[in-house]
Amino acid sequence: MSRAARYRLAFVVGAIVLVELLCRIGVIDRLTMQPPSAMARDLFVLLASGTMNHAMLKTFANVAIACAAAVIAGVMLGVALHGRHAIRQVLEPLFATYYAIPIYAFYPLLIVLFGLGDMPQVLIGFMLAVVVVIVNTLNGLDRVARVHRKTAQVYRLGPAATTFKITLPSAAPYLLTGVKLALAYAFIGVIGAEFIMSRTGIGYEISFAYNNFDNKIMYPLILLILIVSILLNAILSHWEQILMRRRNRL
Amino acid sequence: MIAKSWQPAVNGLIVIAMLLAAWQLLFEFAGRQAMTAPVETFRYLAQLLTTDAFWGHLAETSRAFLFALLLAVVLGLVIGFLLGAHRFSSEVFEPVLVAFYSVPKITLYPIILLAFGLGLPAKIAFGTIHGIVPVAIFTMAAVRNLSPILLKTARVLRLPPKDLVVAVLLPAALPEIFTGIRIGFALTLIGTLLGEMFGAQRGLGYLLMTAIGLQNVPLIMAVTLLIVLFAASVSTFLTIIDHRLHRRVS
Repeated sequence: MSRAARYRLAFVVGAIVLVELLCRIGVIDRLTMQPPSAMARDLFVLLASGTMNHAMLKTFANVAIACAAAVIAGVMLGVALHGRHAIRQVLEPLFATYYAIPIYAFYPLLIVLFGLGDMPQVLIGFMLAVVVVIVNTLNGLDRVARVHRKTAQVYRLGPAATTFKITLPSAAPYLLTGVKLALAYAFIGVIGAEFIMSRTGIGYEISFAYNNFDNKIMYPLILLILIVSILLNAILSHWEQILMRRRNRL
Repeated sequence: MIAKSWQPAVNGLIVIAMLLAAWQLLFEFAGRQAMTAPVETFRYLAQLLTTDAFWGHLAETSRAFLFALLLAVVLGLVIGFLLGAHRFSSEVFEPVLVAFYSVPKITLYPIILLAFGLGLPAKIAFGTIHGIVPVAIFTMAAVRNLSPILLKTARVLRLPPKDLVVAVLLPAALPEIFTGIRIGFALTLIGTLLGEMFGAQRGLGYLLMTAIGLQNVPLIMAVTLLIVLFAASVSTFLTIIDHRLHRRVS
């Protein structure tokens, strides 16, 4: 572990211990926030009891569908747009302003269109995630060095060989950046939509518990979401760095 | 032949025309119960803007948003400058900031509400935690990546600290910082609106939630349109400034 990582770990542990102390002394009262140790214990009890299995399955499945659809559509659109300069130029203002638009504002409309099932939530996750995949795919393809493309031509590699030997290894870290952000955005989209209005899912359970002042359910679920999203982000970031190092050796 | 400087504006108009056409098509397809057509929606919005009640909601949202943006920018700059000036602490804290960026912050909303109570402070806090991260990350990177030559020159010229910041550090780091502020603007707006969707009594987010409850499709469409128009036009304006700043430096 590097020195920075050790300091980071110490900071996180220190922050948790501080919150624990503040809760135990009573500076933060129990109604506002539970001590982290109690949250962790409640989370364990909640997971063991299995009452949240249905909600968790629903949320994670919807996130997976939204993310997978966004990655597939985004990569395909990115590949299709690459090299078509005229279309890319026209779409440039759309990509530049897309993330300024609060996608959640479309959620009411989607509910009216599709009803209160899974569809509006998956669509919000998809809409948040897809453009970042397109942009990163284009970025990755733009960064394939011209020397490498020419080398492929000199060796008369076919389209398949060029893709797997030249384009993919070179563009992979940027593609993975897109996937990483897509997963984070799909999470944000689906859980946000569940929170705003839905009948099931972890976001719904959190808001339900909040409305009933049920801290024994609300805090563990918040903790669960934090742990899962941070963990997934850390794993993908790590992989991204490995691919980047491999690319730079190329 | 169109002059080159007009190309982005023309592209923007083409995108707007495409979006309006897609909207009209979707309307023909989805029908009157689900959504309203573009012309109708603009007319309804114009009519809304003549009522006092709507201006009350608008003023409430604007106030919360401006406070949140101010806080996000100021705090983000402070964090960014402090961490950026010290390489090791930026190594320690950058992954923490990035991880916080990827968390669905909506799950933290109950905690914010419990800590700040219902009303303006909670909305502001929620907007701020969305916008602060990009400002901090971009400022930190900008300050950290300043060319050492600039600092050495300043030292040779014996610039006092005030001049160092005003004449050297700010102009050199400004383009990157501005990109962070541009992204922070968009996220703060999303955060503020989300904050209004729960536990608020006024504001555009509250208006959207009541409109869903009443199945008031024209109102949903008009408010969504207004938010999108505002976000897209301010973001376009900021993007133009952003490009100018980057070009001037390079």
